Amino acid sequence: MSTLQIKDLVASVETKDGRKRILKGVNLTVNSGETHAIMGPNGSGKSTLAYTLAGHPKYEVESGQVLLDGQDLLAMTPDERAKAGLFLAMQYPVEVPGVSMTNFLRTAKTEIDGKAPAIRTWTRELTDAMKRLKMDPKFATRSVNEGFSGGEKKRAEVLQLELLRPKFAVLDETDSGLDVDALRIVSEGVNRAKESTGLGILMVTHYTRILKYIKPDIVHVFADGHFVKTGGPELADELEEQGYDQFLPEGAGSESALA
Amino acid sequence: MTEEMTPQSPDETGGAAADVEMSQYVAGRSRVNEDKIRQDDEIISQFGEYEYGWHDSDTAGEAAKKGIDESVVRAISADKGEPEWMLDIRLKGYQAFLDKPMPDWGVDLSGFNADDFKYYVKPIDKPAATWEELPDEIRTTYDRLGIPEAEKKRLVSGVAAQYESEVIYNSIQQELKDQGVIFVDTDTAVREYPDLVRKYFGTVVPPDDNKFGALNTAAWSGGSFIYVPKGVHVDIPLQAYFRINTPNMGQFERTLIIADEGSYVHYVEGCTAPIYSTDSLHAAIVEIIVEKHARVRYTTVQNWSNNVYNLVTQRAYVREGGTMEWVDGNIGSKATMKYPACILAEPYAKAETMSLGFAGKGQYQDTGAKMIHLAPHTSSTIVAKSISRGGGRSAYRGLVKIVDGAEGSSNSTVCDALLVDDYSRSDTYPHVDVREDDVSMAHEATVSKVSEDQLFYLMSRGLSEDEAMGMIVRGFVEPISRELPMEYALELNRLVELQMEGSVG
Repeated sequence: MSTLQIKDLVASVETKDGRKRILKGVNLTVNSGETHAIMGPNGSGKSTLAYTLAGHPKYEVESGQVLLDGQDLLAMTPDERAKAGLFLAMQYPVEVPGVSMTNFLRTAKTEIDGKAPAIRTWTRELTDAMKRLKMDPKFATRSVNEGFSGGEKKRAEVLQLELLRPKFAVLDETDSGLDVDALRIVSEGVNRAKESTGLGILMVTHYTRILKYIKPDIVHVFADGHFVKTGGPELADELEEQGYDQFLPEGAGSESALA
Repeated sequence: MTEEMTPQSPDETGGAAADVEMSQYVAGRSRVNEDKIRQDDEIISQFGEYEYGWHDSDTAGEAAKKGIDESVVRAISADKGEPEWMLDIRLKGYQAFLDKPMPDWGVDLSGFNADDFKYYVKPIDKPAATWEELPDEIRTTYDRLGIPEAEKKRLVSGVAAQYESEVIYNSIQQELKDQGVIFVDTDTAVREYPDLVRKYFGTVVPPDDNKFGALNTAAWSGGSFIYVPKGVHVDIPLQAYFRINTPNMGQFERTLIIADEGSYVHYVEGCTAPIYSTDSLHAAIVEIIVEKHARVRYTTVQNWSNNVYNLVTQRAYVREGGTMEWVDGNIGSKATMKYPACILAEPYAKAETMSLGFAGKGQYQDTGAKMIHLAPHTSSTIVAKSISRGGGRSAYRGLVKIVDGAEGSSNSTVCDALLVDDYSRSDTYPHVDVREDDVSMAHEATVSKVSEDQLFYLMSRGLSEDEAMGMIVRGFVEPISRELPMEYALELNRLVELQMEGSVG
């Protein structure tokens, strides 16, 4: 049983117009086995929260704490956070030309586990995981994310999630850009990871459709840099009907349309 | 085929203006760039682990005198017992060296003085037939470089080892000999195959081609002579290893490769030298004749120590349907100027240059390619990659020339530069001269920095910043390293990694 605690997190980013505060006091506790959906309008800071947790250098933490089983995540580099058990599935995974997926995955697995995986079991594990995600075996020989379609990138992220077995996963709009079949395959991958490892999940999403496949225990509404409402799965249904407008400042208007 | 490359207005990129910071991954760490530069400098200053930096004690080197004049040229020729025609070529070269101005483009040669170098150091009297015959110290050097081992394992089908001015060991597998393949040092070739040498020597790179080519022509010693008869395929590479030992050494090897019709050969050369506080000079000439439908691949992994000027002329003359491939890895040296060239002289000749330049602290790699299309339906490809770090400077300098009448010819050029930090530099000087309408030309150049997002992505998967950087750089050089024989690919990766060590603060 692990716990991820976010306490009064305030973070900002450098923009053309100067430093801008994006996270304005975020509080959240996630336990192993729990799935939290974080929903909110565009530009509310959901993705900033995801990247700040993983330690992207673009975001500067001004105050607050993030603890994983009591360990101070904010004092760690991104690789140390990964080793502590945090995983971020990115909305826009980055291309690394010339580095094969096989080499990358094996290196990552070695780093996270602190030792190289045994070749025979590792190869089996990789092949099986790819098969379950309906990925072409040739995929393993391609360069990391290079020339991948949107759907392939998301599958590759979930493949890493399954293989690296973190304690907590932040899924940043993993559903975006997926057709119905791909959404189901990717969601099943996340559910498998949860079943086999008791993963705690923070699922950042804009739309409710992924919630049909990955059932949240708790739904949060995120607006203007902090949580404004928390509820059970029924909150998602409410958002489906009413949109985010009620959570936005007067006259701001949501650009989003819930699907 | 005798023109010199001229500088173009630089399309400069990189330098201090780059605005992306990398390596600020822990909250609260200072974001001031100067701090990072200082950190990098401290790390780089502890970075003395060039692995081949030892030297042997040597009396031959100590006794040799510095500087060059006509009497030195005559003395070299006399010592080798050369025929008159070769002395004449040397003297022509010497005169051209005097006549030609120093290049005022490319690397900084303001500290270069031709009289600072030793032109002829003869470590032993004649090449050894076995490694055991070599003096202990020299043999140990080659053992440490792993050359006899590679020969024993038959990773190569022939070996030439040049130490200072002379090839001290040369071997070739008997079955190749039986097929008529010749692989000897060029001095031996002048004695034993004078007709072949006289027919081709200086025809691809004439004595007055360029300043340093002229110097080589005057003072050349050693190098390889290869002749592959019609239709013979040398499937396993021939390998040459060049070692400079003495301080202020000038090494002027001269390599001549003739691939007769329909033949194939792959020649691989490696280069290292000790670290000295004074400069050494490596000014080689490589001439290659690719006859009809023959194919030659010439691979270099150059890892000279950072006190060596590496000023090399490499050129191939390619006949109908022939293929020339240069694979050129420049990791070491203080300053390199090297633009492997192909003259596509007859229809359907093909050429490819794949090069990698790695410029670390205090290094300037000015490299590239020249493709001269003289006949219809000739095609060439240039892939040039460079990495700059620690204030190092790399440049791609290329010439693609297609003459009137060379219809249906094509060239594709891709240059990618990778800047690893904020204060290194990369320039691109592409020169294109096309006099024919019916051609296809493609040029693509990119300069990229190792991006914050790439580093973050790999680090978020558990890789440390150093590992992440190493992986990105290895990925960048992969299109070149995959062209190398396996042990050289590993070597290249290791060298790049060594160069990259401590590159992030």
